[in-house]
Amino acid sequence: MTDTPEPSNRSIELSPLRRFILSNRASIGTLAVFVVMMGLFFIGNPRVFSDYRIYYSVLTTLPVAIFVVVPMVFLVTVGEIDLSFPSVMALSAWVFALGVKSGFDPFLSIAAGVAAGTLTGAVIGGIVVYGGLSSLVATLGLNFLIRGAIMIATGGISIAVVSLKNTVAYQIFSGTIAGFPVQMLWATLFVMVSIVLFNRHRFGARIHCVGDNPDSAEQMGIDSKKIRVYAFVFMGLGAALAGIFSTMINFTWWPTAGDSYLLPTLAAVFVGGTPTWGGIGTIFGGTIGAVIVSFIQVGIISAGLDGFYVQFFNGLIIILSLLGHRWNQVRYR
Amino acid sequence: MGNRLIELREIKKSYGNVFAVGGVNMHIDSGEVVGLLGDNGAGKSTLIKILAGAVKPTSGEILVRGAPVQGWSAGKSRASGIETVFQDRALAVQQTIVRNIFMGREITTSFGFLDVQKQRSEAERLMREIGFTSKVFSPDSIVGQLSGGERQGVAIARAIYNKADLIILDEPTTALSLTETEKVFRFVRNVRESGRSILFIGHNIHHVFDIADRFVVLDRGRVSLEITKAEVKSADRLIAFMEHIAHPTGPNPLDTFQAKSGAAR
Repeated sequence: MTDTPEPSNRSIELSPLRRFILSNRASIGTLAVFVVMMGLFFIGNPRVFSDYRIYYSVLTTLPVAIFVVVPMVFLVTVGEIDLSFPSVMALSAWVFALGVKSGFDPFLSIAAGVAAGTLTGAVIGGIVVYGGLSSLVATLGLNFLIRGAIMIATGGISIAVVSLKNTVAYQIFSGTIAGFPVQMLWATLFVMVSIVLFNRHRFGARIHCVGDNPDSAEQMGIDSKKIRVYAFVFMGLGAALAGIFSTMINFTWWPTAGDSYLLPTLAAVFVGGTPTWGGIGTIFGGTIGAVIVSFIQVGIISAGLDGFYVQFFNGLIIILSLLGHRWNQVRYR
Repeated sequence: MGNRLIELREIKKSYGNVFAVGGVNMHIDSGEVVGLLGDNGAGKSTLIKILAGAVKPTSGEILVRGAPVQGWSAGKSRASGIETVFQDRALAVQQTIVRNIFMGREITTSFGFLDVQKQRSEAERLMREIGFTSKVFSPDSIVGQLSGGERQGVAIARAIYNKADLIILDEPTTALSLTETEKVFRFVRNVRESGRSILFIGHNIHHVFDIADRFVVLDRGRVSLEITKAEVKSADRLIAFMEHIAHPTGPNPLDTFQAKSGAAR
């Protein structure tokens, strides 16, 4: 029983630090991209980037992106995608705004909005998974369908929820603590809970297995369809939180709410180091991806370039990140 | 040998008018390695699928430890202590060994949180039990980094976690190099030493000959030979017989055993 000589690159005799780096290489790579990018911005305009206000403005809206990016990592890891979340954001926030406007308690309205988003997520997941549809195409259609229904129902008219301003709910979810936007704390909590769920919970383990090899998961007694529907439910929950937080920040619900989040969210997931083929993903990387995408726009304008450069640099960062991750990650399937 | 673990009586499976399995009688005792041989289309895969409960036999009886089991199914197969390692290995290659071993039956603490420590130590125990250890990988290694033989080790470790009495290995050495095959054999021997039985299916007669105590040769859905290693003496004689049933010209090289096997054609 002699061990045959093995290629040295498979060795596991690694220090804990090296093992940590190797198993988190995607998120560390994303973090490196972020640091380099911020460095360039700082060189481009040291005055603006040493001012707290630019960070405050990004941190105010960043949580909205995080609430949709994180569940999207779950979905992509399980082998699906959801392009309908922008309209689910609008739908849930609509329920919330209607509640507030009708004089219901803000907490109750939030609960109703979250329930609406989660339920819609379940319906979307059910249609995609049990209908045996391609999630890319089906959710694209559902996005139009839900958005269209909202437009028909509201006539495209927005709802102002200024009455929120002095409520306890607003202070808890969208106020500031020592000049720091409090919604960022909620987003951080959301990320931390999601990381545990993704890596240290049965649900996360099954998400990985189903996304990696659904036949194998089925053979081992995992109901892969159920797991995929749960991932859509989680996406619906995230979209609801994103929509409600965005409405609270702006004191207004727009029927177009969420629309502008579609492409940046997908960009954040893939810039963050979650590959498209399923089975692996990184929540932390996706979160950093969301930070990168949020800073690109502000950064380019502040660095003195005009707005025409935003799209160009957006694209550049995405392509360079993908190339970086491709080089950085080993693909086993 | 030991006790009858599984016994098949007159198992038949027909697809329309075609009999994939046409009345198979065979048994597996506790702690023995049975090699199931046969050409393509001999009915090996159908027979395995019947044992695993994935395919329902048209007729016949399955006895577990001497007692007939009614309504044989995948669930009853598992409950009877049968674990099948299918040819495609059914592993999630981007995941760790631990996650593959506990796929679908994770060890959790309260609220479904993974008991990472316990899963890791259990995985280590299972891997040690079948001799699936090395300096170059740990339970936390990604399955995609492992060689073909080592991947079989993951599948076998996963099978014995279920406290299986019989492990069916469907062509575990196909497309493996000699050293890799040797690794799989090491796992199989260790599994046998732990008192479990193995049904080893293979194309390569030399591989099967090395590892099995007893051989069952299928031909066109029937058992054409059942013989122990001591009786057949050498792999070459077994090969000669296999060639004889494929191209039956001249005398049967294992003529003396033909009466015993009751090959009726």
